[in-house]
Amino acid sequence: MHPGKTSLAFIDGSRLITESLVRAGADTFIGYPITPANLLYLYATKRYPTMLAAPDEITTLQWMSGFAIAGHVPVTATSFPGYALMLESINMAAMFELPMVIVLVQRLGPATGTATCGAQGDLSLVHGTLSGGYTLPTFSPSNLNDCWDISAKALHTAIRLRTPVVLLTSKEMVMTLQAFDWSHLAEIETLKVKTFSGSDTYIPYKVDESLVPDFMPVSQNNHAVRLTASTHDTKGFLQNSTPEAIENTKRLEAKVTKHLQEYLLFDLDEQAGAQHLVVSYGISAQASREAVRQLRARGEKVSLLVAKTLLPVSRDYVDIANRYERVVVVEENLTGQLRQLLFGAAGRNGLSGVNAIARMISPSEIVDEVMRKF
Amino acid sequence: MNNVKFLTGGQLPFCKGCGHVAVAQNTEKALQKLDFNPLDVVLVTDIGCHGIVDKNFLTHNVHGLHGRSSALAAGISAGLSNPNKKVIVFTGDGGATIGMQHLVGGAHLGFDMTVVVHNNMLYGMTGGQPSEFTPCGFKTPTLPEGSTKSGYDICELMLAAGAAYVERVVGIGDFSDSLARAFSTKGFSLVEVMEICTSYGVKSNPGMKLPKLVEEAGWKVKVFTEAKQRLFQTPQNSNPTSLLSEKLEVEPKYSGAISKPVSIMLSGSAGEGVQLAAEFLARAAMLSGLYATKKGSYPVTVGVGYSAAEVIISHEPILYTGSPVPDILAITSADGLGYARTAAGRMKGGTIYIDQSLDIPQTGAETVVIPFREKVGAQNSSLYSVFYMVGSQHFFPMEALRDIFMANKISQRVSVDIFMQL
Ligand SMILES: Cc1ncc(C[n+]2csc(CCOP(=O)(O)OP(=O)(O)O)c2C)c(N)n1
Ligand code: SF4
Repeated sequence: MHPGKTSLAFIDGSRLITESLVRAGADTFIGYPITPANLLYLYATKRYPTMLAAPDEITTLQWMSGFAIAGHVPVTATSFPGYALMLESINMAAMFELPMVIVLVQRLGPATGTATCGAQGDLSLVHGTLSGGYTLPTFSPSNLNDCWDISAKALHTAIRLRTPVVLLTSKEMVMTLQAFDWSHLAEIETLKVKTFSGSDTYIPYKVDESLVPDFMPVSQNNHAVRLTASTHDTKGFLQNSTPEAIENTKRLEAKVTKHLQEYLLFDLDEQAGAQHLVVSYGISAQASREAVRQLRARGEKVSLLVAKTLLPVSRDYVDIANRYERVVVVEENLTGQLRQLLFGAAGRNGLSGVNAIARMISPSEIVDEVMRKF
Repeated sequence: MNNVKFLTGGQLPFCKGCGHVAVAQNTEKALQKLDFNPLDVVLVTDIGCHGIVDKNFLTHNVHGLHGRSSALAAGISAGLSNPNKKVIVFTGDGGATIGMQHLVGGAHLGFDMTVVVHNNMLYGMTGGQPSEFTPCGFKTPTLPEGSTKSGYDICELMLAAGAAYVERVVGIGDFSDSLARAFSTKGFSLVEVMEICTSYGVKSNPGMKLPKLVEEAGWKVKVFTEAKQRLFQTPQNSNPTSLLSEKLEVEPKYSGAISKPVSIMLSGSAGEGVQLAAEFLARAAMLSGLYATKKGSYPVTVGVGYSAAEVIISHEPILYTGSPVPDILAITSADGLGYARTAAGRMKGGTIYIDQSLDIPQTGAETVVIPFREKVGAQNSSLYSVFYMVGSQHFFPMEALRDIFMANKISQRVSVDIFMQL
């Protein structure tokens, strides 16, 4: 990295995501091949201190959990078919409160769909990953710079909150090569999981006001570690549904929402007097930025909100949107998953979407929708 | 031998007479015989009646999902990479059925761990349904007429998969020596403990005797293999280097001569260098001080069918990397024409460079017919189309493209001169 604008590199998002995650503190990658996540797998073989090829995606998540229990911070990269297999194990890791990042590279579904075609169709799935209405913190990079910043944030959040975190991206973000000025990339802090340092008995799920329990790896011989994916009390003992155990489970959601402001990231580019707001995330954010640039060049007033922290859904997004008469949500899926997440099935007045499947949404479609008489 | 407690001494959470009791007690005894301390041991338990025994153990305890305990334990073992820690899995025949992949995989890779299969020949926790381990003739509450197929022989399976130690025992009395042999094996070991579920197995098969049943099922009670040498080593990349190598940077040396962003599509066949040609084009643009992006499109199988790439070059940073309507299109094969027909149809201006072997698609663009394939061969046709278009469109000096080409190892095989002749 050099200061000055001449240091343009020709790179893809996978490279930045991998480097960022490792610098942020990830030390293990466990992978099962799947297009379009294969570049992340390839880079992992070169970059992580430990890289393992698992025989399937259930095993992937189980091995990751095992590594995390032993004190490591693991990462994987997959696409919908693999994520679907991981589902129960992600629930397990969330109950164990293990830090890990799952990079979910979206491609065209349903089912095997088209492996080589990008999409943004898995937000609803990620939103519903945990049974019972609990949330996995979920981030999405909207350009190459975010592949750097947001990936590190995702890993730091996984470590700080002791939870699986999803980095939701898509084919073109991780595979398209782009001339990128990397002279301004921020330094990334390497974080470690906070371990128990008391001299009294270690209680695995006991928390202070942070709501995040101290960790103890099973590698040490001083304190018994007891982890269970079933409903459990603070000591880690399985309980049917004692008040203490239910409180402990509810804490999983409370810890994630309590700290949201510490990891809530979005770009808000507001124009004075604008009545239109374009909302987007991930790969479609770039088309949205271009559309907003074109609209402004034509003298139109328009604002732009690019969500980078997708889950938990921030109230801020809705509050911002409610300042506008017209809201256009841009995303590459059939029915508007982000739109429904923000505004519910009922929607609101002045709300519409630009949606597409099997192709990238182009700036001109967004321009047209913003200009459309509503 | 020590007499350190591994069990709390509290009541075990099983029905009266359940075979799981003996496994817990013999495990404690075997660990004492080997002089382990509780926190040297990580007990990973599955979902099932046998699994809730974790609350009685004073070891580290991890209680995960149904059938996945062996995969979770493999991760713990590989993550610890510590020969002084003992990772033990408790699973049922149900867990072994749904998670068979993890047992085969564990034995195959040689993770340092011991799996104790509590084979009571049915799913106890869910009410006595048959598993894949249920032997022929064995009855369960949901199968009162008795199973008509034989059950898995997990020991033979583990032997074939490469386990270091495999033994089947009938889980009556003292079998702690068997467990101790497994626990002290380096690598993957498995002990199958034959048991009876008093609540469902005994009730459905009155008068049944376990040793006789095991014998009739054809399951040998013996050591199947011992002291095999296969131990998983957790790979360590001792010197991982940054992915942000300066080699990825392209320092401008020439200057570009475009008045607005140009989007270029190359469409040809897989194996004919389309992606490489597109990358050269983009890099040459960067060598000329321009921004560039390159996005590939191809079917799932890499080696057949079309291969297409979209390149955008611009003086300004490029936000949107798609290009639904290219300004310039190069089509070098029939596959490529098939793919690019739609894009060609959308073009209201611009130029299409197309191989002379192909028919001209419907388009509003100017078309230029070139014998790409004939002149340089199919393999180099796409590269040639890039040289040709740069030579005629003058986005930037030809030298830029030439420099990029010469810096690539392909220049050792293919002479650049064949591309420079327009
Ligand atoms: C994925 C999944 N499928 C089904 C179940 C329901 N289930 C719980 S325990 C069990 C079977 C237990 O049988 P086994 O493993 O033989 O143990 P046992 O109860 O006999 O000790 C099943 C099917 C589950 N927990 N998870
Ligand atoms: S139901 Fe069967 S397997 Fe479960 S505890 Fe009772 S006897 Fe044991």
